[in-house]
Amino acid sequence: MKNNKLKILTNGIIKENPILVLILGTCPFLAVTTQASNAIGMGAAVTFVLLCSNVMISLLRKVISDKVRIPCYIVVIASFVTLVQMIVKAYLPALDVALGLYLPLIVVNCIILGRAEMFANKNNPLDSALDAIGMGVGYTLAMLAMASIREIFGAGTWFGMAVPVLKDNNISIMTMAPGGFAIFGILIAIINKASNGKAIKKKDFSCEGCPSAAVCNGQNCAEKREAAAK
Amino acid sequence: MNNMIVSVNPHIYAKDTTQTIMRDVLIALFPAVIASIVFFGVRALLVEVVCVAVAMACEWAFEKITHKPITVMDLSAAVTGLILALNLPAGIPIWQAMFGSFVAIIVVKQFFGGIGQNFANPAITARVIMLVAFSGAMTTWVPAAFSNAPADAVTAATPLAILGAGGTEGLPTLAQMFLGARGGSMGETSCLALLLGGLYLIYRKVISWHTPVAFIGTVLVLTALLGQQPLYQVMAGGLFLGAIFMATDYTTSPPTPAGKLIFGVGCGLITVLIRVWGNYPEGVSFSILLMNILNPYICEWTKTKPFGGVQA
Repeated sequence: MKNNKLKILTNGIIKENPILVLILGTCPFLAVTTQASNAIGMGAAVTFVLLCSNVMISLLRKVISDKVRIPCYIVVIASFVTLVQMIVKAYLPALDVALGLYLPLIVVNCIILGRAEMFANKNNPLDSALDAIGMGVGYTLAMLAMASIREIFGAGTWFGMAVPVLKDNNISIMTMAPGGFAIFGILIAIINKASNGKAIKKKDFSCEGCPSAAVCNGQNCAEKREAAAK
Repeated sequence: MNNMIVSVNPHIYAKDTTQTIMRDVLIALFPAVIASIVFFGVRALLVEVVCVAVAMACEWAFEKITHKPITVMDLSAAVTGLILALNLPAGIPIWQAMFGSFVAIIVVKQFFGGIGQNFANPAITARVIMLVAFSGAMTTWVPAAFSNAPADAVTAATPLAILGAGGTEGLPTLAQMFLGARGGSMGETSCLALLLGGLYLIYRKVISWHTPVAFIGTVLVLTALLGQQPLYQVMAGGLFLGAIFMATDYTTSPPTPAGKLIFGVGCGLITVLIRVWGNYPEGVSFSILLMNILNPYICEWTKTKPFGGVQA
C-alpha cells in the first residue's frame, strides 16, 4: 500500500510527466521559459493551484454532479488562481510582470483541469494531494530544464547570472518562438528515448477516440499492429 | 528502399548515383569557391573547410548513434556544408559556422529521416536560422578585393542594402557585380563563377534549365515592371547561387518541368516582394524556403498522367 502511494507521487515526474509525456499545458511552457527564474515562479504557482484544487475537488467528488462537473472544477480552480495572483502581485511584483497574462491563464491550464478529471474525481484527498505534488514537481522540472537550456544558450545567463564565454556568444534564436518549439521537440524525443518509448502507454490501437479515424479507416493502426507484432 | 529511384516516367536506367550527382555539384561549385578565395581571402577557404568537415562529421555521428546506414560517402553532406559556407559572410565566427552546419545536417536533414526525406533544403534553412540567431554577424560583410570600398574599410554594405537605403554612393559597376567584386556572402558575389557552374550542371544533366531560368527571369521582369534596375537586381544578392544551386535541390523541388517552372516563378515572385517591400534587403533564401514548403502541393498539381490512363 505504501509502495502504491510512492508510485502515485513519482508518476508525474518522468513516467507521466505532464508536459513531456502527456503534452499538456504547453502554451505557458513555451511562452514563459525564456528565463530560469520565470520557470521556477510559474512552476510554483501551478503546483500550488494544482495541489489545492486536487484536494478540494477530491473532497467534493461525491457532491459534484457528473453533469456539471466541468463548471464546478473551473470555479474551484479559478478561486485558487485568483488567490495566487493576489499573493504574487502583492509580494513578488517582478514575477507578476514577467509572467504577465500567463498567471491568470493557469485557470484554463490543461494540467490542472486534466488531473481533476483524470485523477482527483476518482481518488481520495491524500492520493490526490500526492498526485498533485508529483505532477507539480514534474511540471516544474520540465520548465526548469527547458528554461535553463534556452536562457543559457539564448541569452548567456542562468537565473540572471552571466555565464562566461556564452554571454558574448549567445544564440538568440533560442529565446525566440522557433527555438522554443525546436527545444521542446528535442526534449520530448530525449524523454521518449530514455524511457524506451514506455513513457507513452502502450494502447491497443483502436479507432475509438482517434481524431483521424474517419479518414484512415483503421489502415494506420493495422500497420502499427503489424510493426508491433514483429 | 534506398535503391529506389523515383522519377517521372518513362523510367530509363542511368548510371547516375547520388555520389556521382553530388560530385558533379561539387565540381560545379569549384569556380565559386575559387572566386570566394580571390575576393575574400584565405578566411573564406577556412570557413568552407570547417562547414564541410562539420557537416560530414555530423552526418556520420548521427547515423552511427542511431544505427543507420552511413551515407557520408554519397557526398550530399559535403554539398550541403559547402553551399551553406558559400551563403555566409567571410568574417563569420567559426563557431557560428559550425553551429550552422550542425543545424543543417542534424535538425533539418537527419531529424526528418536523412537524405531524400527533408522537407526543406538543409543549407537554406540553416542560413535562415543563422540569420535570425546571429543577425549581427550574418549581416557584417567583409569588403571584397578589387571592390570600390575604401582601402581601410572594415565592413562593406551589399549593393541591395545600399539600394534599399535609397543611396547610390559606393554602388559597384555592373562589371564588378558580374565578376564578384562587391560586398555579400562569400559565394554569392561572383555571377560569372556561378554561371559557369550552372552551365556545367545543365551540360551534365544534373539540373534542368527550368527552375533557374524561371527564377531569374521572374526577378528580371518583375523588377523591370516595378521600375527597379533589373540587371542590377538580378546580379545582386544571392539570386544566382540560390537559383542554380539551391532551388534545384532534388528533394525539395518538383520533378516535372511544369512544376519546376511554377517553383521558379514562385521563388522569383517572393524574392521581389521581399526586396521591394520587405524589411530585409534580400529575400532569396526566404523565397526558396517558402517554396520548399509549397513543394508537395506543386508536385500534386503537376503530376503527370500516365499515357492512356484514365483520370481517377
